[in-house]
Amino acid sequence: MKSFRKDFPIYVSNPDLVYLDSTATTLKPKTVIDSLVDYYSNYSANVFRGIYRISEQATEAYESAREKVAEFIKAKRSEEIIFTRNTTESLNLVAYALGRKIVSEGDEVVVSILEHHSNFVPWQSLAFETGADFKVVETDKFGTLPNDWSSIVTKKTKIVALTFVSNVIGIPNPLKKIIKQIRALNPETVVVVDSAQAMLTSKIDVSDLDCDFLAFSGHKMFGPTGVGVLYGKYKLLEESYPFLYGGEMILSVSVAKTLFQDPPFKFEAGTPAIAEVIALGTAIDYINSVTVEQISEYVSDLSGYCYKSLKQEFGECISILGPQSAKSRKGIFAFKFFDFHPHDIAGILNSYNIAVRAGHHCAMPLHNHLGYPATVRASLQIYNTKEDVDKFIFALKQVKKKLS
Amino acid sequence: MDIYKEIILDRYKNPKHFGKLKRFTVSITVDNPLCGDKITVYLVVNNGRIETAKFKGSGCIISLSSADILLDDIIGKQISEVLSYNKDNVLSLLGIELGVNRLKCALLPLEAVHKAINKLEI
Ligand SMILES: Cc1ncc(COP(=O)(O)O)c(C=O)c1O
Repeated sequence: MKSFRKDFPIYVSNPDLVYLDSTATTLKPKTVIDSLVDYYSNYSANVFRGIYRISEQATEAYESAREKVAEFIKAKRSEEIIFTRNTTESLNLVAYALGRKIVSEGDEVVVSILEHHSNFVPWQSLAFETGADFKVVETDKFGTLPNDWSSIVTKKTKIVALTFVSNVIGIPNPLKKIIKQIRALNPETVVVVDSAQAMLTSKIDVSDLDCDFLAFSGHKMFGPTGVGVLYGKYKLLEESYPFLYGGEMILSVSVAKTLFQDPPFKFEAGTPAIAEVIALGTAIDYINSVTVEQISEYVSDLSGYCYKSLKQEFGECISILGPQSAKSRKGIFAFKFFDFHPHDIAGILNSYNIAVRAGHHCAMPLHNHLGYPATVRASLQIYNTKEDVDKFIFALKQVKKKLS
Repeated sequence: MDIYKEIILDRYKNPKHFGKLKRFTVSITVDNPLCGDKITVYLVVNNGRIETAKFKGSGCIISLSSADILLDDIIGKQISEVLSYNKDNVLSLLGIELGVNRLKCALLPLEAVHKAINKLEI
């Protein structure tokens, strides 16, 4: 297995780092970092406003990133791509700009128990504010969604918001099948997909998936922080209220009336994260050069090795959330280890230079549902190696020694 | 730096002040829902002096050993002095350095003690 470690400069200054927290944010390849520096060093002008060379260069680079994103997720047109700060903002945008318009008292807003707080709380709040019913679809004890949605979606269901890959379970949900059922049960229902964790595991095709909205973050796909994406079907974007009001999003302003731009600009008020958007385009170039298939295969293989090693070494003393098989793992391992407090496990791993997360990973409802107050989460990406996994297992043995 | 030094682990495994007091002047529970840590402290206060203290609860090693070490230190002290404690006092008692993310674990017991004393004074 050839790792892609050499593409990631963080290992130059941290050669011994065992970074197992890519679910929180991925490391950045050199090309992405260079792209940020290139913008700031060579053409750091604002977009759209300047009739001069470097502003035009910045605008072109910014818009070309939009086209790259559109192509990457197979959107029909680049006007369906809105740049936001992150997944959280993308999801809030839909709740705010469309949710407030279409949801009223007695309607239903549906999410699953798997959701990250950012795809849970905006809908819960929308339901509370409008007097709609907030329905939460449960999973079995392995975190698997139900196959049959006929008792869930009704004529009153205005919105269903679902995660593609849970950041705790780490297995892609069969969204295509679920969305097909939702469409059959109620063609009016707006389907919102949180694909924050799916961009490197699955090849995404929004037309094939047939979702209405798709939200994700640049920083979880080798891109910089500060830029997220919202894809929305053009008709729905037209129908939505604007989100933030101010510069760039208007056509004309007078004392009596303001006219707004068409999508996507209607939703991009103020100076955007220009450097970050451009660098997200570079991240997509990087992903395309490796290919999503190869990334996914590499991570699956390494996950299989990690799962087997953990089970071999610790057996029943480690419980890993999600389906219990080496094959289906896609890089995410949220687990309980003996009865040790997750913070202590993470703290001791840190002394071995191993970076993992401890807590509820912004998924409190899911942790409650599965009966764990908190877990440790280790996640794998293409820069991780078998040695990383071996060091992780070795350090867990030290944790066991120290704490028992 | 290894924050899981023997002394910390030892206080976690063999605490001196863990338990519940039947008679106390004041008691309070504080929690950190983000970590799931929860600590109750019981104080016996006489003439402004802390005579006895115990704690109960669940949490990570840092928060529980910090509770034990802090109570050990404040027993016999005036509440006015204890009220002036801040994070530096706790860290020097623990003898370790902590990053921002773990600091809140170590400071949870102090928060409990301060809240208990403030409750007393109202
Ligand atoms: C599934 C999922 N949804 C949403 C988010 C929120 O992403 P961001 O913090 O970039 O808004 C995350 C990030 O942790 C996530 O894993």
